[in-house]
Amino acid sequence: MEAIIAILAMTALAVACGAGLGFAAARLRDDVDPVVARIDALLPQTQCAQCGYPGCRPYAEAIAAGEAINKCPPGGEETVKRLADLLGRAPQPLAAEETHTRVAFIREEDCIGCTLCIAACPVDAIVGAQRMAHTVIASECTGCDLCLPPCPVDCIDMLPRPGASA
Amino acid sequence: MAEALLILLSAILVNNFVLVQFLGLCPFMGVSNKVETALSMALATSFVLTLAAGASHVVFHYLLAPLGLEYLNVIAFILVIAALVQFTEALVRHTSPLLYRVLGVFLPLITSNCAVLGVALLNTGTERSFVAALLYGFGAAVGFSLVLVLFAALRERLAAAAVPVPFRGPAIAMVTAGLMALAFMGFMGLG
Repeated sequence: MEAIIAILAMTALAVACGAGLGFAAARLRDDVDPVVARIDALLPQTQCAQCGYPGCRPYAEAIAAGEAINKCPPGGEETVKRLADLLGRAPQPLAAEETHTRVAFIREEDCIGCTLCIAACPVDAIVGAQRMAHTVIASECTGCDLCLPPCPVDCIDMLPRPGASA
Repeated sequence: MAEALLILLSAILVNNFVLVQFLGLCPFMGVSNKVETALSMALATSFVLTLAAGASHVVFHYLLAPLGLEYLNVIAFILVIAALVQFTEALVRHTSPLLYRVLGVFLPLITSNCAVLGVALLNTGTERSFVAALLYGFGAAVGFSLVLVLFAALRERLAAAAVPVPFRGPAIAMVTAGLMALAFMGFMGLG
């Protein structure tokens, strides 16, 4: 008899602990939205802010809350398509010009080697050193234009990407 | 009021859990490399310690004692402590993801911190009221935090000191801990 009471008491305690934890988990879990994480995983992580949000994660949160999915120029049509698949929304054409068809080019004879564009590049596609001409790794460049404003001598041009369709 | 002060003082200094009763030594050695992490660990452990003292008191006096199941106290306390640690983990992850990253594996390890179980068991050994039990847990937490942060600060300075080669690393840490324990023996006179 005593054994049964002991087993019942411990079971009740365990169930109470489990229920409390389950309740706490339900209340505290809401900040880690799995949808936001999955949207964020599809975005290019260039943190270029061309969508109007400070970075990819804030944009992912905005998309989860209903924002349009076609505001990511570095991601291009491909990203819009994947987002549409994930969220079950209709794919839309990019709101802005697709920047992936462009690539930054540094005119090396004008470059003074100030490294300001290196700091600005979200994908580390610019290589160079102090007082040495910089250059762009074309395959890494997303065409986001972020290196243009900091350049003091305007030696960066946006050229059509060779072989890009559009 | 005087009794409350006595419980607090006794738990913090005279019967310090780490240096006098030698409970909770693993985080004392494991998380004391940097003052910052020691401080976060101290905060998390304090939270669990105080809650565990209160919860185990309730479980013992309102569930185990009326049913004559006092002999199950260790299992019941471990269950309650584990649940509390899980709750603290969820709370920390929710309120401060950064702190959650810093504490990492040490957060779930509070479960196996013997100081937490020690407070619960020592509380049931004496006839304390709920408030007194909570105070005792809080005092133990403050004592643990004090010693952990002091020790972390000492170890940060030790890292720059010219320690003889055979004593470097854990050896000098053990010596330091021993000296601190000796110093805390001096508080015995207070009781």
